Amino acid sequence: MSDEANKGLLSPLRRKLLMGMAAVPAITMLPKASFAQAPATSAVNTTGLAVTDTEVTVGILHSATGTMAISETGSIEAEKLAIEQINAMGGVLGRKIKFIQEDGASDWPTFAEKAKKLLVNDKVAAIMGCWTSASRKAVLPVMEQYNGMLYYPTFYEGLEQSKNVIYTGQEATQQILAGLNWIAKEKGAKSFFFIGSDYIWPRTSNKIARKHVENVLKGKVVGEEYYALGSTQFNSVINKIKLTKPDVIFTDVVGGSNVAFYKQLKAAGIDLAKQPLLTISVTEDEIDGIGGENIAGAYACMKYFQSLDNPNNKAFVPAFKKMWGEKTVIGDVTQAAYLGPWLWKLTVEKAGSFDVDKIAAASPGVEFKGAPEGYVRIHENHHLWSKTRVGRAKLDGQFELIYETADLVEPDPFPKGYQ
Amino acid sequence: MIINSRFFNRSELMGFVALAAVLFVILPLTLDVFRLNLVAKYLTYAFVALGLVLCWGYGGILSLGQGVFFGLGGYCMAMFLKLEASSVENTKIQSTPGIPDFMDWNQITSLPLFWQPFHSLTFTILAIVLVPGLFALIIGTAMFKRRVGGTYFAIITQAVAAILTILIVGQQGYTGGINGMTDLRTLKGWDIRPDHAKIILYFVEVVLLFACIGIAQFIRLTKLGRILVAMREQEDRVRFSGYSVANFKIFAFCMAAVFAAIGGAMFALNVGFMSPSFVGIVPSIEMVIYTAVGGRMSIFGAIWGAILVNFAKTSLSESFPQLWLFGLGALFIAVVLAFPNGLSGLWGDYVQPRIDRLFASRKSKAGWKDNSVADGAPAE
Repeated sequence: MSDEANKGLLSPLRRKLLMGMAAVPAITMLPKASFAQAPATSAVNTTGLAVTDTEVTVGILHSATGTMAISETGSIEAEKLAIEQINAMGGVLGRKIKFIQEDGASDWPTFAEKAKKLLVNDKVAAIMGCWTSASRKAVLPVMEQYNGMLYYPTFYEGLEQSKNVIYTGQEATQQILAGLNWIAKEKGAKSFFFIGSDYIWPRTSNKIARKHVENVLKGKVVGEEYYALGSTQFNSVINKIKLTKPDVIFTDVVGGSNVAFYKQLKAAGIDLAKQPLLTISVTEDEIDGIGGENIAGAYACMKYFQSLDNPNNKAFVPAFKKMWGEKTVIGDVTQAAYLGPWLWKLTVEKAGSFDVDKIAAASPGVEFKGAPEGYVRIHENHHLWSKTRVGRAKLDGQFELIYETADLVEPDPFPKGYQ
Repeated sequence: MIINSRFFNRSELMGFVALAAVLFVILPLTLDVFRLNLVAKYLTYAFVALGLVLCWGYGGILSLGQGVFFGLGGYCMAMFLKLEASSVENTKIQSTPGIPDFMDWNQITSLPLFWQPFHSLTFTILAIVLVPGLFALIIGTAMFKRRVGGTYFAIITQAVAAILTILIVGQQGYTGGINGMTDLRTLKGWDIRPDHAKIILYFVEVVLLFACIGIAQFIRLTKLGRILVAMREQEDRVRFSGYSVANFKIFAFCMAAVFAAIGGAMFALNVGFMSPSFVGIVPSIEMVIYTAVGGRMSIFGAIWGAILVNFAKTSLSESFPQLWLFGLGALFIAVVLAFPNGLSGLWGDYVQPRIDRLFASRKSKAGWKDNSVADGAPAE
């Protein structure tokens, strides 16, 4: 509906040009307030947050070290890009965003400690952060106790909803159901084999997937296996797959284990062009490690692919590469992390205040038309309305978009009939 | 506690007074509650370090699995707190209200049997001491009675740490898995999260720490302590003198386990959190590192080591989020290379003699140097 204006926001690659163009998107993007003189600090900040007349401080809390660094780096980069772009447009309520970065070090209690430090010591107005469910679970009590605001980017298992968190990734039903429907229809699939890493997200996702397969698709789950995080031996499960010959292999194996899993699948002679495989855990970031030739042909169910063909994404991808290097790839979570600072900015401007209570209350209904995935809107339950998409992995490590839902899918963190 | 010249010699008395002054007066007056709570977290590791001084510094038994006992103590405490936080009212959105949230996510519909006794605080406090103590007794008996020692013992403790982590992560319906137990709220209805509770918990912990220091010092001064040191220096000679070496080793190992478990329980209370990331091999080795940096022969040195290393960890990671691990690694290497007896060795070699000279010039001779065993001990 406002495509021309959105191009204006996202096409300029050079920062100066972007600054010059700031007024164009502002017409559609911003409420009128932002054109007025910046409102007085005492009016927009009644709870003692780190807001001055010219600056507002937010926190970035991800693992820059440890095993999760490889996954979380993309999120850090996306958040910094969003903050820089927002600042180039004039900031939030006339204030530049300053960020304090803390390292969660892939260690959940460290996340909790650093979140507390950001809220109590630094008085940040919002935190963009966390990646694994474990880190979010560790941080959540801190956010609720000290009344902070967390923008959490990863697709996750659901079963959670908090005033103090905006979930910019998909909860499990948003990611899984449409993908299963599509593959059941497209491939006539009736039997499924589940393989996952052994922690809460794969187990909950598979529970939802199993109920959907059995109750809605009237199919059968012929196997369900879990492997410890970091596991690299998948030969036994690959033999079981060969024996049971499922119509679809459904996987939520995470992190480095993927490299071993897909290589061993290939070595065992399972050709993904003939054997449908649907993953909900492999993005462009993981393919970087797996190697395109090992996974080509597999289907992934996400809400964003780097190859998406829309004006927002065509501006976002080059801007990201310009800031972080030509070779970087952008996965689903990286895009969701990019949404965090933008949604916060839009919400602050809607609320006319940095106060956390007001932001929490103003969040439902906030829409971001400049999202690289297209368009998103915050639901009353603090999750996002977004589309589900299925892509097929190509040799070059990118996904080719095969299917997307016609409408935005409603987030349903406590799905009835799936628990 | 009776402090007299027999219980502490002069340098130890100074260490005691300095530590007490810092922990009871200086830190609470100068730090805000957030930083004080961080110190409380560091001090939980001081309990572990204290145990390692007994078992490794004096007894010569290197355990690379202290995280196991820290974890057992912490999990016992966390189970009690989690049960209290999972009242029917708090968990009414679950499919089975009244059980911990992670059980509900894992389709467990009733509280497992081994969780039931943790409704009782008395049982929990006993379990914090007895479960790790008994576990150490079993491992110790199995190993030391067969004369497994030295490197082999260290490897086995490390394997136990790995096994326990895998067990906790694998049985996530019963343990919370890799997420651990989060969102611990109240102790017998008393909210452990607000600032004033943090301050009270801090002082409780410091008092407990000094009680443990007292016990450790008492053990050191008795004949038992002498035998431990003798065992470290010449195990066979002690055995030939008619002592049961295995029993003494088991005792030292159990004491270290109990101290670590008390630390773990205080950790769960202060941080409101327990997870397998404190049980495994890496945290267990870190615990040995604190002790080595502080000085494994010295009770106060090891405690300072635990505090300072963790303080360095926090401040380095705040200042250099991308590079801090390298800095910390360099610090360890530097300390171990330059001062094999840790910070306390540095103190003993350079600072203490000057202070003594100062005193000696005022008073007539006072024999401060009784602790000949600590000096000249070979660095392993």
